[in-house]
Amino acid sequence: MIGIEHYLTVAAILFVLGVLGIFLNRKNVIVILMAVELILLAVNINLVAFSAFLNDLTGQVFAMLVLTVAAAEAAIGLAILVIYFRTHGSIAVDDINRMKG
Amino acid sequence: MHPILIIVFAPLVAALIAGLGNRMIGNIAAKSVTTGALFLSAGLSWPIFLGFLGGTETATVIPVLKWVESGTLTFDWALRVDTLTAIMLVVINSVSALVHLYSWGYMEEDPDQPRFFAYLSLFTFAMLMLVTADNLVQMFFGWEGVGLASYLLIGFWFKKPSAGAAAIKAFVVNRVGDLGFMLGIFGTYLVFQTTSIPEILAAAPAMSGSTITFVGMRLYTMDILCILLFIGAMGKSAQLGLHTWLPDAMEGPTPVSALIHAATMVTAGVFMLCRLSPMFETAPTALVIVTIVGAATCFFAATIGTTQWDIKRVIAYSTCSQLGYMFFAAGVGAYGAAMFHLFTHAFFKALLFLGAGSVIHAMHHEQDMRYYGGLRKHIPLTFYAMLAGTLAITGLGVYHLGAGFAGFWSKDAILEVAFARGSGAGQAAFWAGAGAALLTSFYSWRLMFLTFWGKPRWEQSEHIQHAVHDHHGHGDHAHAHGDHDHASADGTAGYHPHESPVSMLIPLGVLTLGAVAAGQVFAPAFLDSAAFWNGSIFYNEALIHAMHAVPYWVKYTALVVMILGFAGAYLSYIARPELPGKFVATFGTLHNFVYRKWYFDELYDALFVKPAFAFGRWFWQLGDVGTIDRFGPNGIAWAVERSATAAKSIQSGYVYTYALIMLLGLVGAITYVLL
Amino acid sequence: MIQAIAFYLFATIVVASAVMVVMARNPVHSVLWLILAFFNAAGLMVLLGAEFIAMLLVIVYVGAVAVLFLFVVMMLDIDFAAMRAGFNRNAPLGLAIAAVLLAELLLAVGVWNAGGIQLGTSDGSAAQAAGASNIEALGALLYGRYILLFEIAGIILLVAMIGAIVLTFQPPKPGARARQDVGNQIRRRPEEATVLKSPEVGQGIEL
Repeated sequence: MIGIEHYLTVAAILFVLGVLGIFLNRKNVIVILMAVELILLAVNINLVAFSAFLNDLTGQVFAMLVLTVAAAEAAIGLAILVIYFRTHGSIAVDDINRMKG
Repeated sequence: MHPILIIVFAPLVAALIAGLGNRMIGNIAAKSVTTGALFLSAGLSWPIFLGFLGGTETATVIPVLKWVESGTLTFDWALRVDTLTAIMLVVINSVSALVHLYSWGYMEEDPDQPRFFAYLSLFTFAMLMLVTADNLVQMFFGWEGVGLASYLLIGFWFKKPSAGAAAIKAFVVNRVGDLGFMLGIFGTYLVFQTTSIPEILAAAPAMSGSTITFVGMRLYTMDILCILLFIGAMGKSAQLGLHTWLPDAMEGPTPVSALIHAATMVTAGVFMLCRLSPMFETAPTALVIVTIVGAATCFFAATIGTTQWDIKRVIAYSTCSQLGYMFFAAGVGAYGAAMFHLFTHAFFKALLFLGAGSVIHAMHHEQDMRYYGGLRKHIPLTFYAMLAGTLAITGLGVYHLGAGFAGFWSKDAILEVAFARGSGAGQAAFWAGAGAALLTSFYSWRLMFLTFWGKPRWEQSEHIQHAVHDHHGHGDHAHAHGDHDHASADGTAGYHPHESPVSMLIPLGVLTLGAVAAGQVFAPAFLDSAAFWNGSIFYNEALIHAMHAVPYWVKYTALVVMILGFAGAYLSYIARPELPGKFVATFGTLHNFVYRKWYFDELYDALFVKPAFAFGRWFWQLGDVGTIDRFGPNGIAWAVERSATAAKSIQSGYVYTYALIMLLGLVGAITYVLL
Repeated sequence: MIQAIAFYLFATIVVASAVMVVMARNPVHSVLWLILAFFNAAGLMVLLGAEFIAMLLVIVYVGAVAVLFLFVVMMLDIDFAAMRAGFNRNAPLGLAIAAVLLAELLLAVGVWNAGGIQLGTSDGSAAQAAGASNIEALGALLYGRYILLFEIAGIILLVAMIGAIVLTFQPPKPGARARQDVGNQIRRRPEEATVLKSPEVGQGIEL
């Protein structure tokens, strides 16, 4: 039947897709933030799957907290993006190299 | 408490007070403290000297402090007082006290008076340490101390570049001599296992025939030690070869020249020789070298003195020449005669220098004798003082009358003893000394005639022009115009030189007394009395007897050459003033050679100075900057910069690059865990 | 049976949506695909019996976060026509590494499955009480054992909120264009704001 490994596989694939999304995209910074959300989603699925299969609710509590943090992080990230856009007028990924050494 | 402790340390205390107090205590306080201390020392020195003269004093050693105790090497700070020391004490302290007093007037307008007086007292202290030294190391301490004081005082007006250069020259040339001295001390310790002078002198005769290896050669011990020590004396006393610093030392103020470069520091070499005379007596080769160098210096310096125009330079070369006399007297074995000449020379040379200072002061700091002339009416007291000094140095005196000025007694004694010695070196020294005496008389009288006789030639002098115009600047103009009219007529440019202040005249007076009478009064003690010397120097009875027994023509040689020199000077500068010009025109090359000081400065410059600078520059450019800096600080900085630039390129600024690297790290970590 | 079909359906759509999030050209489309991914993930969680978490996912993620994304995307006036397409220089390397990562994760799963790795045993404290619903059990745990974490989560949210405001707040520039004065707006009477005109056909109006 559907065992935990199925869920874990799905989570793994999502995670990798999120990671790829960060550095495969050349479009804009919002996609990066969305990729981060995907990563967090993968983690959440992982946690909930384990919680269900081990009959331990701790996993779900943790997943809630991850959710909270993900929301907070999305908010701040978008705020920073907005400000960046205000000053620079563009959010093309290739132009964002202010941290260049 | 033996008075010697006060004598030696009072100048030190005064120097510290004046030197550290400086502007805080003010000029008058600094000058008074130092001058007072020196007069105290002088006042305490004469009784000691007279005690030795009268036979009431005996040699003593006053220990002060333990200095070094290191295995077999032990020596202490101790003050030795014997005849030789007593002579030096009166010379040093009297001249120093008088110079201090003289400087009240001479340095009146100088802004740095406390410093000057502190240096003078410091010098006196160092010199006193030198002469009271009971061991070679303490003597070396005093030796170096006077070298330091000489540097400080020559370069006293340090803002003048020539003064600074002269000070460095003096110090460096002295250093060369000091190297020899140091090697001598080390060798002495090696051979005798002690640095204490009495012990060395007692053990010296035993070493007389032994040999030692030096720089790979097998040499007679005592000879090589004495030669090394003599090299030190050569440097300090400006003998031929290490003499180049003495004329340039005239950059210092005139009181300094009088004290250091006439009476005291330059005589340290002679003193050292006499102090170690028993040692030198065991080294015949060294003595021959001393004689030859002394005689050569004596003649060489006298030739140069005849051509110089700067009044102080003439007197400086005169000092160099007279030191040569002292050395060859010591070289032939008459240490007493050498010390006697040192004693009288201190008086009349200091007198000549201070007199010259008085002339310079009167002529508003003009030193070139070509701009002097006719001064005897304007500054009569100075004139009489310098006349006495000149008579003393040329040695006016008649043997059969038993009367004469100071130089007559001492210089004649030296010439006689050189002849009496009988050795080849002695004979050569006698003739060199006689020739030098002729030249000495010539240039001394030349100085007098150019300065005090004839018509005033002051107009061309810049210093005089300054003086005249500054006066007019804040004087009254009517008077000025009147002066201008007859200025060009008599060559005075309207300037009126006036006599020096009392503080400058008193020392001149005292020294005049010394120059006139010192020879007459003290000759018997110095020259003939073994009891007076009492073992403090080597006293050769036989030689002294021979000296008194020389033929008459020898005894009158000095007088004859003195008159010849006087006649020559009178002819050239009073009777037929066109003669010098013709002489120079005829013997142009010779004159140039002598005027340029036998090209010694140029020779040394090419041989030593330029190569040294070239070496230094080479090491600096190639070694320091090229190698050490290039690989060291600069190299490391360059390497860091390059590697930082390389590392910088990792920071692309793009988030995805950073994410990629994070991913790499993550994969690595997981792989590590899995494996 | 149903469970298996549901699972595979949800899983496939989640993965497909994730791919489209990254690949979509229009950023608005990206956000919409993201929303779809969230919904399907919620469905997966319902299958696992964690319905509270699933609903939370929908409400918070979709209802708040994704909407926020949408706002920003639309506000930022992105000229997506000018965006470059083309391959990222690092792509091959990145793909390779991602493949490695995926392989490792799956390897771990497989090994566990084969009994090679031991997972920690649960401490049983959070065992579902028989009969209690998911929400009740979660509530008891959250407000009981993990109360501190709960409070901290609240503070994190507070900080994020303050942060976002602080970052983006622009005080009005003096002399900037007039702001809305609501009182004025309400006080307006139609008589002073509007006027009725009846122009002839083809005639214009002079105001």
